[in-house]
Amino acid sequence: MMIQQLSIFLENRAGQLSEVAELLAQNHIDMLALNIAETSDYGVLRLIVDAPSKAAALLREHGYIVRETAVVQTPVPDRPGGLSDVLKVVSGAGIDLEYMYSVLGQQHGLAYMVFKVAAPEKLDAVLAKIS
Amino acid sequence: MERYYQPEIETASREQILAWQNERLVKQVKHVWDDVPYYRKKMEEAGISPDDIQGAGDLHKLPFLSKDDLRDAYPYGLLGKPLKDCVRIQSTSGTTGRRVVAFYTQHDVDLWEDCCARAITAAGGGQDDVCHVCYGYGLFTGGPGLNGGSHRVGCLTLPMSSGNTDRQLQFMVDLGSTILCCTPSYAAYLAESIHERGLRDQIKLKAGIFGAEAWSEEMRRDIEEKLGIKAYDIYGLTETSGPGVAFECSEQSGMHINEDHFIAEIIDPDTGEVLPEGSKGELVFTSITKEAFPLLRYRTRDICVLTRKACSCGRTHVKMCKPMGRSDDMLIVKGVNVFPSQIETVLLEQGYPANYQILVDRVNNSDTLEVMVEMTPENFSDSLGQITGMEKSLVAALKAMLGIYAKVRLVAPKTITRSEGKAVRVIDKRKI
Repeated sequence: MMIQQLSIFLENRAGQLSEVAELLAQNHIDMLALNIAETSDYGVLRLIVDAPSKAAALLREHGYIVRETAVVQTPVPDRPGGLSDVLKVVSGAGIDLEYMYSVLGQQHGLAYMVFKVAAPEKLDAVLAKIS
Repeated sequence: MERYYQPEIETASREQILAWQNERLVKQVKHVWDDVPYYRKKMEEAGISPDDIQGAGDLHKLPFLSKDDLRDAYPYGLLGKPLKDCVRIQSTSGTTGRRVVAFYTQHDVDLWEDCCARAITAAGGGQDDVCHVCYGYGLFTGGPGLNGGSHRVGCLTLPMSSGNTDRQLQFMVDLGSTILCCTPSYAAYLAESIHERGLRDQIKLKAGIFGAEAWSEEMRRDIEEKLGIKAYDIYGLTETSGPGVAFECSEQSGMHINEDHFIAEIIDPDTGEVLPEGSKGELVFTSITKEAFPLLRYRTRDICVLTRKACSCGRTHVKMCKPMGRSDDMLIVKGVNVFPSQIETVLLEQGYPANYQILVDRVNNSDTLEVMVEMTPENFSDSLGQITGMEKSLVAALKAMLGIYAKVRLVAPKTITRSEGKAVRVIDKRKI
């Protein structure tokens, strides 16, 4: 399934992440997944939330730099080898992953992963076939 | 016993110095009027001709020359001799826009080296000395200037150039260097290294000639103590020749300007009015003996004070204090001239906002330069690799523009303080 991811620029300073979390909490926005890529000076916070457009507008209003990116969320069987099976399908289709991370919690024996690729439509089609 | 390289000049009477200046200025003005169309035009615009300049007392009638003139005239516009008579160029760092290329005839090189020889001799240098030059060699004037001066004095000259501290120390120990020439920050670094490695007993240094950047009396005492030497200041700029325009003597209380080659004035940087002796203002130089690149009333932008109080060393030439600041926004970082506008140009070219801040500091006696830039929605990406890639190309572009490394720090929007009115572009934390 294709969903919108929010990326937010954060400086590596104490309290930066907490401010974002608090802002979303106050506005009743639920975080479903999160991932941070960082250097010593700054980081990119990637978020999956239940109301991406609202969250993006809210964050921008508060001065944050936000980018919306289409990513693919896919269920992965929560058993040894579950992720490996999915990744084999992805690489078998000749698709390079830029980055990936997991969604918080699991449902009905399924974990969820978020994949960022250059052509999300293509990956979405490939994964739709196996799920 | 004070030593002089050219005692008859260095201790000449005031009248004699004035007589040289009068004669040489008149000749120089005639030279530029005849041979440098750029000057002739400037003088015509100011409504004066060589006849108006009968001596140094008429100097104030001449128009000023600024760095902008040097940029407009780049590269040959101020050339006073045909290229076939020139034997050398030296240049400042920086972009084409700010770069200064100075030309020298053999005569110009000779007199420049004489000036450096006076400085080395004043620091106690002689034929028995080993002069260790670790200013950079090449387009930068530091290495070539002191190298030439050292040859003239007859020192054994070690043309070390800058960098490679291990090798510097090895030569210093093995060859018994007695005079060290470099930037004060590198001297402090060498002193630290010598101290750490316990080499103090194995070095024979007795004096150091340190210039090209600002340094404090505390730093002087620190270097002197750590190395067991006397540390002398030296002043110069590429535009006027290089180091040796002025140098310190045994009194270590200001630098004697070589007045037989340069006439110094102090002006009000706002009005251009010449200020009386002892006033604080902008230093202006007129080179009265240079053939290939004669500068008349060149505004150095250095703020300083001149004094003619008799000096215990016996030299009669006017003394200038250490520059106390700048009348423009130029920074000197690691001995390199840096203008905030250069950094701004790079930022705009690379698609960053012009809202930036420059932080200069001195860590372990070495200057650091950091440029804070705000992230923008256009430059932001969910890919960290893309952001670090942009950061790297910005660092490379800054290096290409400035000639030195500047750390880039990407910060969140609105992080850089926007002040009412004039933006605070530069924070200089160095304690000099």
